[in-house]
Amino acid sequence: MTIATAFLALLESGPRHGYDLKQAYDQHFGVDRPLHYAQVYTTLAKLLRNGLVTVDGVEGDGGPDRKRYTVTEAGVTDVQRWLDEPEKPQQYLQSGLYAKVIGALLTGRSAAAVLDAQRDEHLDAMRELTRRKMDGDLADRLICDHALFHLDADLRWLEHTADHLDELAEQVRG
Amino acid sequence: MNPLLIAEGLHKSYGPTTALAGADLVLHAGEILSIMGPSGSGKSTLLHCAAGLTSPDSGHITYDGRLLTEMSDVERSALRRREFGFVFQFGQLVPELTALENVALPLRLDGIRKRAAERRATGLLDRLGLAGKARSRPGELSGGQQQRVAVARALIAEPKVLFADEPTGALDSVSGEQVMEMLTRSARQSGAAVVLVTHDARIAAYADRGIVVRDGRSLDRARAR
Repeated sequence: MTIATAFLALLESGPRHGYDLKQAYDQHFGVDRPLHYAQVYTTLAKLLRNGLVTVDGVEGDGGPDRKRYTVTEAGVTDVQRWLDEPEKPQQYLQSGLYAKVIGALLTGRSAAAVLDAQRDEHLDAMRELTRRKMDGDLADRLICDHALFHLDADLRWLEHTADHLDELAEQVRG
Repeated sequence: MNPLLIAEGLHKSYGPTTALAGADLVLHAGEILSIMGPSGSGKSTLLHCAAGLTSPDSGHITYDGRLLTEMSDVERSALRRREFGFVFQFGQLVPELTALENVALPLRLDGIRKRAAERRATGLLDRLGLAGKARSRPGELSGGQQQRVAVARALIAEPKVLFADEPTGALDSVSGEQVMEMLTRSARQSGAAVVLVTHDARIAAYADRGIVVRDGRSLDRARAR
């Protein structure tokens, strides 16, 4: 998902100013990466140029002009296209961790130590996410759960691999 | 700060089966420690030894400066009743008693009057989200609610250490997480340390720190680093 697509989805729920768009984006899509204002205005300029949004009013209020943006029919079609296209599941076939296990076995080092260190790293991350989840609202909890389920899957692979290290070592060195 | 509980070099065998082959454990006051490991790795045996429920064949366990391994059965039993709380996977509640009576039971057995015991039990049930279930019997509660009652009962005597052996092992993941959230929050509120045995990394992530047990030996990399 691009920032532009997120803006279109936000504007489909109603017209907004650039500042409101940034706030809504940070709340729903930004997680730990809030937008810079420069990104907001370059994205809006691009959407305007491509006919996906229009300016439906300018408010002065004695301060700087505040443009209010609204989505066009073409913009709504873009949102629909985005939602219709399922996300490609990640293939996970280029695992850096697997490469380290092989690297350790090839060089006669301890692959078990590599896995142990990684387990600690994963569990540290899971503890941090769990603390954040306990203090968070539903959106925070679901975002943390997504990460926790993936880390848990990694850990299961790690234990599975630890059970097959001798066999793997024979294949790698054989 | 000195550790509250130290287990060093524990060995334990059941006939020809070795459960512990030199396991260690260190627990500080108020800390939540997870023990993870595959089935049969010895993690539950380590908890049972550390809690004085089982005697190791060799090794030492020190609790609050006292050698647990040199206490008599009577002394160990008194220590468990006064200082430790327990939550297991199954079947801990008395089916004939209500949730409130189950939670109040340890205080009643200690001679505390019914009204005072039930007042404290009500407060704990409330804290564990079970205020409306005080008069329900275990058979009328879901698995997750029963475990929360068990947690309340384990905490009512304000133990210094809560030993939890796969407390969510029989629950679905949502109920399991609810139990863990409430267990950790309640333990922190009362200042109890927790030793949590689990094979599930998502449950272990509720702890402050973890050790892994494999083939009867514990791996505490945080201490080793």
